[in-house]
Amino acid sequence: MPRIGRPRPAIPAAIRINDLSKRYGGPDGVLAMDGVTLDIPAGDFVCVVGASGCGKSTLLRILAGFEDATSGTLTVAEEPVTGPSPERGVVFQDYGLFPWLTVAENVAYGPRQSRLQRDEVKRRTTQNIAAVGLERFANRYPSELSGGMQQRVAIARVLANQPSVLLMDEPFGALDALTRSTLQTELARIHRDTGTTVVFVTHSIEEAVYLSNRVVVMQGGASHGIPGHIAEVVDVPLGENRSVTSPEFNEIKRHISSLVHAELTTTATE
Amino acid sequence: MTTSTTKSPSTHPPSTHTAAPAADATTAKTAEGTAAAKNASPSKSSQRHTILRKKTGAIALALPVPLVFLALWQLGVQQAWSLPLGIQMGFLPTPVEVARRIADFAVGGIVNDAFSGTLLIHLWASTQRVLAGFAIAAALAIPLGVLMGRSRILNDMLEPGLNLLRPIPVTAWVPLAMLIIGYGDMSTIFLVVLAAFFPILINTVAGVQQVPVRLLEAAAMLGTPQVQTLYKVVIPAASRSIVAGMRVALGLAWVILVVGETVGISTGLGATITQARDMSKTDLIVAGMVIIGIAGFLADRLLVGLIKVLTKGRPTLT
Ligand SMILES: Nc1ncnc2c1ncn2[C@@H]1O[C@H](COP(=O)(O)OP(=O)(O)OP(=O)(O)O)[C@@H](O)[C@H]1O
Ligand SMILES: [Mg+2]
Repeated sequence: MPRIGRPRPAIPAAIRINDLSKRYGGPDGVLAMDGVTLDIPAGDFVCVVGASGCGKSTLLRILAGFEDATSGTLTVAEEPVTGPSPERGVVFQDYGLFPWLTVAENVAYGPRQSRLQRDEVKRRTTQNIAAVGLERFANRYPSELSGGMQQRVAIARVLANQPSVLLMDEPFGALDALTRSTLQTELARIHRDTGTTVVFVTHSIEEAVYLSNRVVVMQGGASHGIPGHIAEVVDVPLGENRSVTSPEFNEIKRHISSLVHAELTTTATE
Repeated sequence: MTTSTTKSPSTHPPSTHTAAPAADATTAKTAEGTAAAKNASPSKSSQRHTILRKKTGAIALALPVPLVFLALWQLGVQQAWSLPLGIQMGFLPTPVEVARRIADFAVGGIVNDAFSGTLLIHLWASTQRVLAGFAIAAALAIPLGVLMGRSRILNDMLEPGLNLLRPIPVTAWVPLAMLIIGYGDMSTIFLVVLAAFFPILINTVAGVQQVPVRLLEAAAMLGTPQVQTLYKVVIPAASRSIVAGMRVALGLAWVILVVGETVGISTGLGATITQARDMSKTDLIVAGMVIIGIAGFLADRLLVGLIKVLTKGRPTLT
């Protein structure tokens, strides 16, 4: 969303990715991703797009601290990433909620883990459940909720930790179109309200252009015989209320599409 | 750090309930205030009727087989049938005699021998041994199973040895237990521990190994240190399997009583059966068997109930 008129935080880059590579399965394994360099300013909403297998999830999982990079450096708020942390909240495509905890308990999990005062835990829980509009479902279990509602819980759960970075891997990929668009609007609003840096992986170019102020286009992947890498970082200088039918929107969409698509046709003709 | 792939539909809960946003909205409206809006039931009373009818149906189905069995038993004893494997039914007490003996065992005043009215004493003695052995087994097997399920190295170190021990029937330990521990409570409890340990361990390991990686990742990114993950995520997520193992173990604990209480013990249901055999009181033998069966059944119900209470009926991972 627009950065115009918003004072830049003191830290210029929330995330610094420098020449990152990832090889799976030991020294002779597949180089899934290579030479990824990217600075993400604090408060940015960055979407990562690219064909399947180009290393989007790999990049995100390294950012989350779930995987170690094979080479290169990665810092978040100038601190090297050594493992998962509540500072970097992750929203999974398949939610990953604790089925034995109610909605409220799932959301309270992080604050409790951080040993916050009872009142503060309660405040954050209530506040974030309200932020995703699930007040009436606070005492339900995840299995009693629809997919869209479960993903709302998952978002509230990480927001309750007040993370500086929100990492999302195709969070709306399993949802139907209408739920998806509702959640996109909500996420845009949450991003505006919290100013959290968001890295959002998606297959949908439209979703990327709709949500982000920068789109990282990745190419390559094991099936192409070249490691996944960043092809281009596309700025999205669109305002707050974006119309998917506007010419500017479609201009950017077409450009990104051609980048993703170009690669597909090259491979097909090879 | 885990080495999962991002997409592993088999290891994490599938995204069911992908309701359309329209459905979302409807649920939200109808669910207002009421806690029971999750299954749109036509009416509560008709639901209760259906349950009642189902229960009556189940009883009607379950009753005939035991009744026929009891009738054949009575008849077989009266006419001294000879069955295959050399079973001489003439040596058996009739169901009526067994019922009489159970009543006398419980309250006395019918047979009036040394066993009259002593049921509770024996039942309590046996229950204590079962509980002690079962508790020790669970206290050892659950933590060990959790660690083995999570640690490849520990699993590889311990699994071969345990797999060699496991096929040895607990009954085969009896002579050794009598020698190294001596007659009495302790050797019985030791045998119960042995019997209960492996089912709990094996089910715990299996359950822990099946905990979805996604939940561990979620716990990690929410700030759970590795060790805490074991009891905050791994045990709850594996609870279904752990409880299944505990139920099998509790059943085996009652089974082993009969051999465990054979020598040097005067109170207990197993001891009663042994003494009854020495006195050729077949009705008391069968009475003891029936009571052990009922005790085992009730113990299982109590365990399930206790776990329900402790977990407050929370859903588990399916
Ligand atoms: N745990 C793993 N072990 C071995 N190879 C892996 C592992 N995870 C990913 N890969 C490989 O790394 C490459 C990049 O995978 P990644 O999941 O990052 O792609 P992606 O861009 O997220 O794809 P998709 O759009 O399908 O989700 C693929 O070739 C994949 O097979
Ligand atoms: Mg992916």
